[in-house]
Amino acid sequence: MRVIAINRSEEKFARERRQDLQKVHKNLDPSLHPYEKAVEYTRALNAAKLDRVFAKPFVAAFTHDDGITCLARNLHHLNGLVSGCADGNIHLWDVPARRCLRKLVGHTGPVKGLAVTPDGDAVVSCSTDCSVRLFRLPFAPFAPGPVQDAAGAVLEFQGRHAFRGVDHHWTASKFATAGAQVDVWDHERSEPVSSFAWGADTVTAVRFNPADSELLASAASDRAVALYDLRNAAPVRKLVMQTRTNAIAWNPMEPMNLTLASEDCNLYTYDMRRLQSALCVHKDFTSAVMDVDYSPTGREFVAGSYDRSLRIFGHTGGRSREVYHTARMQRVFAARFSGDGAYVFSGSDDMNVRVWKAQASAQQGTLLPREKHKQAYQAALVERFRHLPEVRRIERHRHLPAALYKATKVRRAAVDADTRKLKRRKAHSAPGSVEIKPERQKRIVAELE
Amino acid sequence: MVEEAERPAEPPHDAGQAGPSGRKREREKGGPGGRAAKFRRGQAVATHAIPDKKLKAKMRYSERLASEAAHMAAKTDEWLLPSEPGALEVEGMERTWQIQQAALVREAEEGAGRKAFDLALPALGPYALDFTRNGRFLLLGGRRGHIALLDWQRAKLLCEVQVRETLRDVQFLHNDQFFAAAQKKYMYIYDKRGIEVHCLKEHIAARRLDFLPYHFLLTSIGEAGVLWYQDTSTGRIVAQHRTRLGACDVMRHNPWNAVQCLGHVNGTVTMWTPNITTPVVKLLCHKGPVRALAVDLSGRHLVTAGADGQVRVWDVRMYKPRHAYFSHAPVEALDISQRGLLALGHGHTVQVWQDALAEKQQSPYMRQTLASSGLRGLRFCPYEDVLGAGHAGGLSTLLVPGAGEPNYDSRVADPFQTAKARREQEVHALLDKLQPDMIVLDPDSIGQVRKEPAEARAAAAAEAQAANAARRAAAADKADAKKRMKGKNKPSRRAARKKANIIEETKGPMRARVARALPHLQIT
Repeated sequence: MRVIAINRSEEKFARERRQDLQKVHKNLDPSLHPYEKAVEYTRALNAAKLDRVFAKPFVAAFTHDDGITCLARNLHHLNGLVSGCADGNIHLWDVPARRCLRKLVGHTGPVKGLAVTPDGDAVVSCSTDCSVRLFRLPFAPFAPGPVQDAAGAVLEFQGRHAFRGVDHHWTASKFATAGAQVDVWDHERSEPVSSFAWGADTVTAVRFNPADSELLASAASDRAVALYDLRNAAPVRKLVMQTRTNAIAWNPMEPMNLTLASEDCNLYTYDMRRLQSALCVHKDFTSAVMDVDYSPTGREFVAGSYDRSLRIFGHTGGRSREVYHTARMQRVFAARFSGDGAYVFSGSDDMNVRVWKAQASAQQGTLLPREKHKQAYQAALVERFRHLPEVRRIERHRHLPAALYKATKVRRAAVDADTRKLKRRKAHSAPGSVEIKPERQKRIVAELE
Repeated sequence: MVEEAERPAEPPHDAGQAGPSGRKREREKGGPGGRAAKFRRGQAVATHAIPDKKLKAKMRYSERLASEAAHMAAKTDEWLLPSEPGALEVEGMERTWQIQQAALVREAEEGAGRKAFDLALPALGPYALDFTRNGRFLLLGGRRGHIALLDWQRAKLLCEVQVRETLRDVQFLHNDQFFAAAQKKYMYIYDKRGIEVHCLKEHIAARRLDFLPYHFLLTSIGEAGVLWYQDTSTGRIVAQHRTRLGACDVMRHNPWNAVQCLGHVNGTVTMWTPNITTPVVKLLCHKGPVRALAVDLSGRHLVTAGADGQVRVWDVRMYKPRHAYFSHAPVEALDISQRGLLALGHGHTVQVWQDALAEKQQSPYMRQTLASSGLRGLRFCPYEDVLGAGHAGGLSTLLVPGAGEPNYDSRVADPFQTAKARREQEVHALLDKLQPDMIVLDPDSIGQVRKEPAEARAAAAAEAQAANAARRAAAADKADAKKRMKGKNKPSRRAARKKANIIEETKGPMRARVARALPHLQIT
């Protein structure tokens, strides 16, 4: 006869000495872990709730003397942010230290556009005072040091008209300005190298393509978005929409795609090779979209609107993933992603640049491996049970200020009424006489070559 | 005591068997034949039949993850688990059921042998007993009011209370810190020092207690046949179900789906959830009162014992009888161990059967005569090869090799848990607490989208359409029946009305008639 019976010694199974860590044993047998799915569902629900509990996206506000009109980030230094003011001053901010490093003065009218040179040493600004100025940007040291005083421009370019926007070339020492026409300037010349005009009296925005840096997109007051090739010295293509475009952003990872911030509350992503139809229409704003900027990953973009809110969209998301607002934030005129994609900046009419987290509930600072693991686990759980109504309700819920909430409702009612009316018109007309255009082509008036 | 009885008419249904060709294919993929089968969750999705490319890729990816996880778990199971299950091996003509406890204890290792003992408490029995989920603590409740909480392996008495009234059952809550006692009139909750913490007056004259650890629900049933569910984390009464089947003395929960099983005097076993006020399942099990029942850890088998001397094994997922054993005297107590050993007993005898649930066995695995008669409760100790038997003369623990799961999971139940770990586990258990409405017959249905059958959908649509049509018809009728005022005052109508008022022609004859009939009237 042989008898084997369970006989555990505490020294072997728990710990030998008091100083030792307690041993943790694992047995993955499913019968020891009952109600697996129910437990996971409960955890997913809790994770979704905690995510909302910890959603505190606001980080800091940088105060100015007048409304913010434009923002630019330094491509070389993560901590550098440049903001342009309606009083003509430009501020250089050290974001992590939350301090102003330098005030760049000289403009006599509101600064309308800012672009940092690719080497990160200078910033080009344009203003309605018919001048474009180039300022040196000091490196923002991480250690606290003496803050330098106001500095003047190094170079000054005079134009014959007010300027509305500027963007710097990705490699060469060239930049393009938007004004009465699109001008391309060289750092070394006081006159524009070339100029493009295509039937518009005012061009409001201009952006270089990140991949093909000789390609340029501009938005003008004739509701058109035009593409220019600097090598041809001629416009390539033009898209006329029903409403004006306020800002343009190229997707840095899919450089053939560009997103337009439109006056009709929507954003439109187009493939520049195929302008007959938008790739995606991004809806959710209730007023004109003023600015748009892509995350360096190209997976999402941030947009600011005249309805006093800031929204983050997925690059293929028809609806926004996140909406940011505060009681004191006014019309948002500028929005930018940070260089690491972890923060977004908004510049608004209330004289503040605000810093927000890109992930509202993300924990700041270094995470321990166990914390990282736990957060990944919770994210996976929420993803898995997202389709269940309780989890979805909590996960999708965003608080909106009463005014915005009501405006959303009113807008939805109007859109629904239009749709209904069109449907009825079609039902009561001769077959084929009323054409219902798909949403992605609805706002396109013409495409010109 | 228990012998083989004739097979039930229904042939035993073996759900675990697959066809030979299917089995071979599965084994090649590490499927049910292989070790990974135990760790697989549900059926694999047939991804090749999905037309949507994106969904297909997603499903393929998740299927791959699931299969990899199952393989890794199987490897862990094979190589990394520290202990082997217990066993009792005999040679030649010897049979395991002939071996007495004394001989077993002599042969077993020193530490294991010490776990079999007799506790003589002749004055206050018979004793009900309960182990904590990690098997470390033992709670004894004597019929005459004696409660004792023991760290039984270290032979340490933690607290002892004499409640001075009849005590019917004792039950640990989620850990050793609190326990409930069903006393003469009310139910009480005591802490580990034996101090009365709560008196639960709703549970009147409770006879049996049970606790659902994942839901933090304490249940009781008693004289009135009312099943009470009380949440021990919030104190709220969650449900109160009147069984309408008289006093009840038999209650155990199904550890797979947390459904409460009650055994009644009319021979039925009813299964209850807190959400539904009627039993979700009703099984007629015996031709006499049900005396004891138990469900195994996988939730597949239910064993019931009745006063008719039968011990029946049921397939709980199909609600069909599998087989039955016959006992000369009605079985008073039953329990199923973690590894599927079945213990049953009455009076002063206890038998343990191995593999008796899936297939019918001819002879028991072990049998033992207790020091005293009046068997009240049988409980296997979790994660130990020990069976505790509470009887009129006190408590006996028997060594049953192969009963308990040899490898514990520290996050589920740790026999060597420190106070700090216990507190941590308590917090996590409360965070992961399941809501009472998540108790359903099939726990895997949680988180699934239930697709309505096509007929049901069609019927609902037809009904809606009919209702719409009826509403429209009613509205049309109402519109027709409306009193029309328009056009009443048209000139032509007015003229017609005037014309209709002229009574000149009929005036004269009428006057003459009236004058004839009523001559005294002066008509002008």
